[in-house]
Amino acid sequence: MLEIQKITKTFHPGTPDERIALQDISLTVQTGDFITLIGANGAGKSTLFNAISGTFPVDRGRILLDGKDITWTPAHQRSRVIGQLFQDPMKGSAPHMSIEENMALASGRGGWLSHVRKQDREDFRAQLQMLGMGLEDRMDQPVGLLSGGQRQALTLLMATFSKPQLLLLDEHTAALDPGTAEKVLGMTRRIVAEGKLTCLMVTHNMESALEMGNRTLMMHQGRIILDVDGEEKKRICVSDLMEKFRELSGSAMNNDRMLLS
Amino acid sequence: MSLSQIMPLVQTSVELGMITGLTVLALFLSYSMLNVCDLSTDGCFTLGAAVGGIVALAGHPWLSLPAAMGAGMLSGLLTAVLQTRMGINSLLAGIIVNTGLYSVNIAIMGGSSQLNMNKTVNVFSIAKDAMKGTAMESQYKLIVAAIAAVLVIIFLSLFLRTRLGLAIRATGDNPAMVRSSSINPIFTTTVGLCISNAFTGLSGCLLGQYQKSVNIDIGSGMVTIALASLLIGGVFFGKRKIPVRAIGAVIGAIIFRLIYAAALRLNMPTFMLKAVSSIIVILALSGPYLRKQGAEQIRHWRNRKEAA
Repeated sequence: MLEIQKITKTFHPGTPDERIALQDISLTVQTGDFITLIGANGAGKSTLFNAISGTFPVDRGRILLDGKDITWTPAHQRSRVIGQLFQDPMKGSAPHMSIEENMALASGRGGWLSHVRKQDREDFRAQLQMLGMGLEDRMDQPVGLLSGGQRQALTLLMATFSKPQLLLLDEHTAALDPGTAEKVLGMTRRIVAEGKLTCLMVTHNMESALEMGNRTLMMHQGRIILDVDGEEKKRICVSDLMEKFRELSGSAMNNDRMLLS
Repeated sequence: MSLSQIMPLVQTSVELGMITGLTVLALFLSYSMLNVCDLSTDGCFTLGAAVGGIVALAGHPWLSLPAAMGAGMLSGLLTAVLQTRMGINSLLAGIIVNTGLYSVNIAIMGGSSQLNMNKTVNVFSIAKDAMKGTAMESQYKLIVAAIAAVLVIIFLSLFLRTRLGLAIRATGDNPAMVRSSSINPIFTTTVGLCISNAFTGLSGCLLGQYQKSVNIDIGSGMVTIALASLLIGGVFFGKRKIPVRAIGAVIGAIIFRLIYAAALRLNMPTFMLKAVSSIIVILALSGPYLRKQGAEQIRHWRNRKEAA
């Protein structure tokens, strides 16, 4: 369903700051896959996501979604079929607009001049109820009043509202406190399963990387260095991963954030 | 000073407040909603006055209103294209359009910097004739201005609830979120500036017809005056719902005119209008910052005193 063919991305080419963020990456994602993506800081995980969502054009290579070449499709058009969540909970919603207004905008329903109908409002309320955060009683309040966790949960709802073909989660729980992160992760699991969504998730938590999804990728210096799925993924454990990393990258995993989790 | 002397002054202030209130509503859309400071406002205001004046002089008083709005819309489109498609800083785009409009406006007025409409039929004179002999006869200007203000407030209140309106508001609030809702922020910025400048044009058109003359300077300083009015309105209605805030914008314009009229009565010379509006804008914009700084300074002193 998603096919990435040999994409390359270099930042600041021709300057002393030149950095190759993606090196000839190829990846095929099947419909219904839930892929977790790990790797040290600067490995190119976020760059890969941004290339898929169209934040910037890639230097070389092609990106196909459902057989359609989207390499040159602008970001706002890709977002019709690709939902994305970021680490920063503030990124996905408009703080001075109410919960209802944010959801109305994200739902993508109706023409330009349509208003929020009663039916829509009921829908939104039902969706919010499923989060179990009491947001359904605060639909008129500006989103800026919500906590980080509430805002990220709302963003998750909004990103999955119109059943995207592909959902990109870029460490979307990393900025939340552990309890809230666990809760949002649980919601993610449920929403992805219920909607049978195809999903890519970056995480620093190796345990949840192995525990969630059906396939795990490891990136290092702009390449995918490990790709396990199916039975192999079920058998592998965190220490195996670290061992693999040492073996494949030729260096020890020197990232506290990854070790601690 | 007796009440009979004050009332006409108040009425004039309310009339002028509601007419320039349309420009304040335009800034309410571009500045408060879209978060774009549109510095083409002055030129666009004059453009509306010039186009409206010329069309009225040609014998089409009703047509002058949509004509002025259309001209304003084109000016807004140009400002939007400069900043969204040609990579020009949004403040600069407004200033550039504003400068260019000076020539355009003189060209529209037939090479002159002045249009005289003393005997020209316009929307105010039509209203005057229509109300001749009724109890409202002396309020005809007030009624025309009020109808315009109310219609624009109703339009904005409804429009900002539509999907397009929400998208425009979100563009000023979080453009990334707009993009991830499959909406192009370039499009929403363009639409927002077109609509906003249509109202600025209408505002200029009505002021020209109200005072039966258009001068090339009719719009100069309008952006500051409108911003001052918007901020005054925001003091009272800033945290409310959109329709209330829109009404507040016009009330802010009226309050501004009342303060100005009062200052004139206290022998402030006419030419001080723009200095007064600048001071109001400075106070309103710097207020929150200075308050914060002041609070920190006080805390600092207190800590030092305790330490000593």
